[in-house]
Amino acid sequence: MLQQLFFGYYAFTIIILSLLVVTRRNPVHSVMWMLLLFFHIAGLYLFLNAEFIAAIQVIVYAGAILVLFLFVVLLLNLKEEISLKQFVGSWPAGLFVTGLLFVSVVSVLGSYIQGPIGKYSIAAVRSETHTKALGKLLYTEYLFPFEIASLILLVAVIGAIVLAKRKLRS
Amino acid sequence: MVPLNWYLILSAAVFMIGMFGFLTRKNVIIMFMSVELMLNAVNISLVSFSHYLQDMRGHILVFFIITVAAAEAAIGLAIILALFRNKQTAHVDEMNEMKG
Repeated sequence: MLQQLFFGYYAFTIIILSLLVVTRRNPVHSVMWMLLLFFHIAGLYLFLNAEFIAAIQVIVYAGAILVLFLFVVLLLNLKEEISLKQFVGSWPAGLFVTGLLFVSVVSVLGSYIQGPIGKYSIAAVRSETHTKALGKLLYTEYLFPFEIASLILLVAVIGAIVLAKRKLRS
Repeated sequence: MVPLNWYLILSAAVFMIGMFGFLTRKNVIIMFMSVELMLNAVNISLVSFSHYLQDMRGHILVFFIITVAAAEAAIGLAIILALFRNKQTAHVDEMNEMKG
């Protein structure tokens, strides 16, 4: 009962907050609601026994990505932004398409058949801690994707510098 | 015990809200935030699948998704900055040079 109550609170708040993110006129308010949303999603991850994922959700998403968003929002022209309509003229079409997709996704959920259960039960993960179990897997079985991820981050650093720098007058 | 379907419905709802925002907002930054919202929705469903199947692969995938999302945010915001420097606007309906 308590678990359902917890999940109900998180689900309700996450949906309300994501609605607030996409409908606010002022982008700064959107970013702030998104910060709260990311903390709630991290809470949901804790609820699902994924401590490490919850931690990187807070550190990377709330700490790094959102601060980047806030910087760029503050560089743009906010006064003009607030005085204009925030949606395009044909927004009911978007609402219709997303509603249709939601109904079709939810209607196929009943035909889900669960696959075989893996060996990382809650007790097994708890005995060696989640971070250690994830790290072991990441450095053995998924070493190559891990290296590719580092390459992607390098490309992102170089790309961001090249794209955002001003052209020097020669 | 909370059934898995509840998590999947929550994930689908957040994904659709993000998609609605991406389709209907004018501001490029909010559209970009909607994409992040959709990525987060997928992460929720991956973590819940991982928990209910007692497997670690979902967590690994979420780890990589968060890495790629960080890279994507850096690149995307640099592109938005370059766009704003050239056009003095962040609204997609005013960017129609290519007549697409």
